[in-house]
Amino acid sequence: MSAFDLGPVMVAAGCGGTGRELAAYCGPDGLDGLDLVTRSITLDARAGGPGPRIEEVPGGLVNAVGLPNPGLEHFLATELPWLVRAGARVIVSIAGATMGEYADLARRLSRAPGVAGLEVNVGAPDEVGVGLFEVREPYHSASVIAAVRREFPVDRPVLAKLRPDVSRIVEGARSCHEAGATAVVVGNAVPAAFTDGRSGGLSGPAVAPVALRCVTEVHRALPELPVIGCGGVHDVRSANAYLDAGATSVQVGTALLHDPTTVARLRAHFATPRHVSTQEDR
Amino acid sequence: MAEVQGPVHVEAEVVATKRIGGYRHLTLTAPGVPERFRAGNFVAVTVEGHVARRALWVHRVRASSSFGPTLDVVVESRGAGTAWLAAQPVGTRLALTGPLGRPFALPKDAVSCLLVGEGYAAAPLFPLAERLRERGCGVSLVVSAPDEARLLAALEARRSARSVTVITADGSVGQRGTVADHVDDLLRRSDADVVYAAGPTAVLRAAAGAAERAGAWSQVAVEVPTPCGTGLCHGCPLPVVGEDGVDRVVRACADGPVVRGDRVRWGAV
Repeated sequence: MSAFDLGPVMVAAGCGGTGRELAAYCGPDGLDGLDLVTRSITLDARAGGPGPRIEEVPGGLVNAVGLPNPGLEHFLATELPWLVRAGARVIVSIAGATMGEYADLARRLSRAPGVAGLEVNVGAPDEVGVGLFEVREPYHSASVIAAVRREFPVDRPVLAKLRPDVSRIVEGARSCHEAGATAVVVGNAVPAAFTDGRSGGLSGPAVAPVALRCVTEVHRALPELPVIGCGGVHDVRSANAYLDAGATSVQVGTALLHDPTTVARLRAHFATPRHVSTQEDR
Repeated sequence: MAEVQGPVHVEAEVVATKRIGGYRHLTLTAPGVPERFRAGNFVAVTVEGHVARRALWVHRVRASSSFGPTLDVVVESRGAGTAWLAAQPVGTRLALTGPLGRPFALPKDAVSCLLVGEGYAAAPLFPLAERLRERGCGVSLVVSAPDEARLLAALEARRSARSVTVITADGSVGQRGTVADHVDDLLRRSDADVVYAAGPTAVLRAAAGAAERAGAWSQVAVEVPTPCGTGLCHGCPLPVVGEDGVDRVVRACADGPVVRGDRVRWGAV
């Protein structure tokens, strides 16, 4: 499976619950055939941060959820089998504090039946705050991707999810590509602060122009590298903006919190293999 | 009504709007939602120009009316979003998702129940009282508020409750004080086996504590901000102790809003 086999519309990490909650809003077929990126899974269970975890701002949400997840063991035993039975193509988002943790996660997930691919979270808005491996320089993300790639079968994709920082995005994407990433997901919550000063990330329609600029630059500089656009996708028009800029797929995140049927509607629209933007979409 | 499961995402319409004290009651049509509703469920609605959704308690469900099945929600204006909602006239269409969350569990036998609620969040106790009465349970209802304007109308509940007690912090109506001041005494007098509570954390904690002291079961409907309401965002953490004795943080919207009172780690909420 190459990145080009991914559907045009995917569920972004951290915005699909455990997957079960989303199924009710995906029509009669539920999650069948849906490319779903899980919330980030860590080796050990994480309770997540204290509340308030999310603050509403004009055009988006500031969030510091703190990667709550049941840990790899529990995920493999309960959530993954359910998603596989539901027919979802499961891309597991992984997050680690060290390169060793990333390698462990990749190795164990490579043996789990039904894992279609991995997405490596190398662009969290507040990685230090949540105890993740800190990615300041492109070689940091490249070394994480290389460690994951060594442990994960070459015929399944490894996606690198990057921070939408326009001054560093092309270097970051190139390093990940050279380290073996099948594709890059360009766009993540933008580093931001809550009104009380705590660190968080901004997501939602407000960040779409930022991520779109990054997608455009990466595609221009590295036309051979598949790019997945992520940030503020909520309708056909915002999805088409990324596809027209050269993205092969888009991920839908915050829009699902606003309208849980968004991904089903967009999938239905883009069900035909080649989309054609019409005047009507714009 | 036929047994149907799971939430739906539909277009709701405001068919009536009424100010009652400090709150606004909206009557909504929402195809499929009243049929699926169970006491303790809530709904999430979209507010124009806002990304996060607003969770609303359901105060009453009518299986039929001149508009078909409807549900009444209670809105307290607390910010731009709820103020917008409260100001919507008849005819406004809203994207609505529901019913959401785990409802109250009903006792198998016809036992005595004490229902304790405060402010607009007491709303889910009213449809609960009706269900309990249908099962032959004796219902003692306690409604509390800071003042009379924020007291959710208890009059109509007299049909389903064998006693109704009103408590206000300022003493403007009923007994003066807080739920915590009176709940042990009320529980003793009602001789209830089950305590149901809905309202702010202090009220839930007081009710759960009284139940534990009296050897009664308790179920509480927690009131925390839920950015999506559907379980997708993990933005409404609720610290609990699992059945296995392990501390966990669950989602108030999807794993609640109704949880056993003795399972909540109140000090961490």
